Amino acid sequence: MRNRAFFFFSLLMPMLFLFGFVALFARGNNRQWIPYILGSVMTMTVMGSFWGLSVQLVTFREQGILRRFRLAPVGAGPMLASSILSNYFLVMPVIVIELLVCRFAFHVLSFGNLWALFALVTVGSATFASLGLIVASVTNTMQETQMINNLIWMGFIFLSGATVPLAFFPVWIQRVSLFIPAQYLATGLQSAATKFATPYEVFEDIAALGLGLVVAFEVSRQLFRWEPEAKAPRRAKLWVLAALVPFLAFGSWECITGKRLNHVNQNFQTLTGRMLGGQSPPAR
Amino acid sequence: MAEPIIQVENLYKNYGAVEALRGVSFAVEEGEVFGLLGPNGAGKTTTVEILEGLRTPDRGIARVCGLDPETTGERFKETIGAVLQSTALPDKLRVKEALDLFANFYRRHADTDQLLSRFQLDEKRDAFYSQLSGGQKQRLALAMALVNDPQVVFLDEPTAGLDPQVRREIYDIIEELKRGKKTVLITTHYIEEAERLCDRVAIVDQGRVIALGTPRELKQRSAGKTRIEVRLARPVVNGTLGRLEGVSDCREFDGAYVLHSSSTPQTIVALVKQLEAEKNELQSLEMFSPSLEDVFIELTGRRLRE
Repeated sequence: MRNRAFFFFSLLMPMLFLFGFVALFARGNNRQWIPYILGSVMTMTVMGSFWGLSVQLVTFREQGILRRFRLAPVGAGPMLASSILSNYFLVMPVIVIELLVCRFAFHVLSFGNLWALFALVTVGSATFASLGLIVASVTNTMQETQMINNLIWMGFIFLSGATVPLAFFPVWIQRVSLFIPAQYLATGLQSAATKFATPYEVFEDIAALGLGLVVAFEVSRQLFRWEPEAKAPRRAKLWVLAALVPFLAFGSWECITGKRLNHVNQNFQTLTGRMLGGQSPPAR
Repeated sequence: MAEPIIQVENLYKNYGAVEALRGVSFAVEEGEVFGLLGPNGAGKTTTVEILEGLRTPDRGIARVCGLDPETTGERFKETIGAVLQSTALPDKLRVKEALDLFANFYRRHADTDQLLSRFQLDEKRDAFYSQLSGGQKQRLALAMALVNDPQVVFLDEPTAGLDPQVRREIYDIIEELKRGKKTVLITTHYIEEAERLCDRVAIVDQGRVIALGTPRELKQRSAGKTRIEVRLARPVVNGTLGRLEGVSDCREFDGAYVLHSSSTPQTIVALVKQLEAEKNELQSLEMFSPSLEDVFIELTGRRLRE
């Protein structure tokens, strides 16, 4: 609450999305959409870790704050891990507030499988925080960080299914989404919220995010720079690709099997069928 | 004889084409307050940051408590405390939180409440870092440097940019460290600071140590000489001031003439006569007893804060 930017981007924005989406899509007889919207809003809240930590790290480096930490007996790994952990302790209350708002403002009685939600939020916030730390490590200025963040964020927001359901997109875009980390988070959270999917049933989503977390954290640790004048070498930017290897592997596998896209589309059809009295989803 | 607690031998460091250090060597004994005195860009900060483990020398040896700052990592960091040239902390971090946070990084640490009292930060314990004045920020930086009760304390220009009152407060704190037999390495370009606080001083210029000794020893170089600074209505020609009686050295800085004289009364009489003869006018005349500034001028031909 000390930081107004955090208050606005991490708490107020998701709430605005939540109330906006509910007002637009879940009025009248469509209140059953609310768990789906909750899944999407939770996805955006968790993905916000990406922005939060990248901007924080670059600010700390540019202002020379990291230099002061460097004098203390603390290494890059613990520094990054603690920032991921502290970010998690900021994300979790926001998720709880979102659940409470749904409960008391929209009278939602069930939030799906809470264990699965908890697991996805926990692993997801750490993964997206680590991805943010990588961007912070390969960019040299705040301007550069914000530019790259915006580009990546667009992909996360629009191709994950968090804002626009994947079922609305042509098949080739759906296939692209299989390579995007955010898709695993959005699909997992929406399944857990709407279908009561258990942690076992969203294991693939958790595994993709978990593997992504391990690789992204190690890459960010390797690329970490304490000093403002220590510029990132160009080849360091290639390390970003390394962080995407788990998602490239999972995406390729899903492209071959096609199971995930079928699953996502079937889920959406079931949901829209249920909500709209059996109408088909929009034609692709 | 005991090993010096800080040992620097032949340090070299380049930043691109700029030679920041060109063979800096000195040693500091335990319990000593040692000063690196020199103008901006002399290489003081680079030297200190190598000793703090923040920079890597191109060549040469740096040891603190027998440890290599570059390779001994956390063990080394447990032994030192440091105030950087500019300390920055997150704006929304509270004073007490900052001290507690840094205290927790160390295996052995001081009582942070006591540190707050010692550095007169009690009233500001719940204030955000952004709400502190420059002096309070610097006192917090000093408290953080001592949070692990270090063997060696590095202070990089600890009073730069502070007003005289706050500067005196910082001096008192450093004198307290001195009484407590802490080893302190301080960089400064303030003569007063070096003379008042340091047991020994290395004068650094253009990446080299050009003189080393106690302030008294260094001032012996200018023993018996007075610095006379005069401002005139018109510039003098042909270096006539340098030939006045008793003058051993005459240089021009920022429109003022700085004379070093071993017989002050005769020099002043001769100066007045010379100005009358040239129909020139004396605008101001100041006299100073020998200081480290004079040593620096003698050695480099420049002033410390040029």
